[in-house]
Amino acid sequence: MHIPDGYLSPSTCAVMYAASAPFWFMAVKKVKETLTARMVPLLSILSAFSFVIMMFNIPVPGGTTAHAVGGTLMAIVLGPWAAVMGISIVLLVQAVFFGDGGILALGANCFNMAIVLPFVGYYVYRLISANAPSGSKRQWIGAAVGSYIGINAAALCTGLELGIQPLLFHTANGTPLYCPYGLSQAIPAMLLAHLTMAGVAEAVVTDAVLAFVRKSAPLPVKNSFKKEVTA
Amino acid sequence: MLFHRRDFVARTLAELTEALQRAVFTHRYARLPGLLQRIDPRAKLVTLMVFLIGAGMAHRMETLLGLYVFSLFLAIVSRVPLGFFLKRVWFFIPIFAGIIAIPAIFNVITPGRPVLTIFRFSDPISLLGLVHIPQEITITQQGLKGASLFVIRVADSVSLAVLLVLTTEWMRLLSALSAFRFPRMGILMLAMTYRYIFLFLRVAEEMFLARRSRTVGHTPAREKRRWIAGGTAFLLNRSYNLGNEVYLAMLSRGWNGKARILEELRLGWLDALWVAFSILILIAIVFSEKGLI
Repeated sequence: MHIPDGYLSPSTCAVMYAASAPFWFMAVKKVKETLTARMVPLLSILSAFSFVIMMFNIPVPGGTTAHAVGGTLMAIVLGPWAAVMGISIVLLVQAVFFGDGGILALGANCFNMAIVLPFVGYYVYRLISANAPSGSKRQWIGAAVGSYIGINAAALCTGLELGIQPLLFHTANGTPLYCPYGLSQAIPAMLLAHLTMAGVAEAVVTDAVLAFVRKSAPLPVKNSFKKEVTA
Repeated sequence: MLFHRRDFVARTLAELTEALQRAVFTHRYARLPGLLQRIDPRAKLVTLMVFLIGAGMAHRMETLLGLYVFSLFLAIVSRVPLGFFLKRVWFFIPIFAGIIAIPAIFNVITPGRPVLTIFRFSDPISLLGLVHIPQEITITQQGLKGASLFVIRVADSVSLAVLLVLTTEWMRLLSALSAFRFPRMGILMLAMTYRYIFLFLRVAEEMFLARRSRTVGHTPAREKRRWIAGGTAFLLNRSYNLGNEVYLAMLSRGWNGKARILEELRLGWLDALWVAFSILILIAIVFSEKGLI
């Protein structure tokens, strides 16, 4: 889902930076307000954790494997604004240092994976698990469905951003200047992979890690998870 | 997100090891006495953005190829071995871009002037009224040009970004970010995240290696998922414990919640010259696109 540079026009990249900027601004403000000094190293270390789990190949039904992002998981455990900040940092490190995702396209990648994914995932989770007792089936279903819908919403945004390129940017004789696939190809291509594989991986990782957290994680994790669940 | 049929442990291990190796090799070139290494990281960051915008704005193959040759020249004068640079740039992203651009050369995706007819059906095909396949499947001139522009633009962008990373130490890059009013807390978190990524990569590598060395025969998918979930949760657990320990260590060293950047950067004449040169290149690209050069 990481869009490299060259796939989107510079103007699309500028629009996506502009779209992400208010969320980054709010995330920094909210995180400063709500996170204690203790949480600064914690959030950094959790970002590193998120980076590493993005590299795990998760076996999904059908005998194949897929990568998870962990965005909904981070939003449930730390809150959606902290997830915006944490995943944006991961995407910046990936783009600058590891070459995964472009630097001009960072705004678009952050919009999709660090904003749309955790917010959609988190609010779907909240909607389904509202007033559900801690550890109830509805809560687990909420986390799984939230993760699944969150990553698919992010994939849909990616497909839209890629798909509008040949419509908006082409030469007079129809030569596409950036991503050559239109909406009718880019959206199904992105969604097919995520509806069948990556969405399942995201849901599996979120539920399994939350289950483990409930059983054996140290107090801060449990507390934050409980707080979100009972809020 | 890619999907593979190979064993998930072997696949993940290979990816973790590659990430670690890539980081080790990256550090090697940042301190060499090359051209880009001498330039202030702020100037480098600004010029990278200028060049990336230039690559994005260029619509002519000659311009994009010129930028690519320029990136190779920069690699040479910055003492980055060409073989290593080409491998690092082309491996995966531009090659992947090339593979995904292949269908776009056909008239099914990009209609246009036919260059070569590949297949001819007796009649045009319409699938459920949604997908229309023309009677002749041809490679089009517009498709070929679009795909070539796409691949070379991606290669240009990746080359420029790789050059920045190879020739700049991470901490200097962070100092540069602070000069652009990037929030201090964000910089502190970036620095810490970067540091702990390597620790976790190593921990995860050991975890997967241990699993591989204990595994004999076929493991059911359910059990694989259970193991990977346990492993992920173990890492999360460890992250929390480590977060608390790091906080206490920071407190004991006098941390008061404010992030400080120790390195002071100074702009010199070479930096000013470099920024001016990159802006000239951008102007040249704009003029050349408008047919004025």
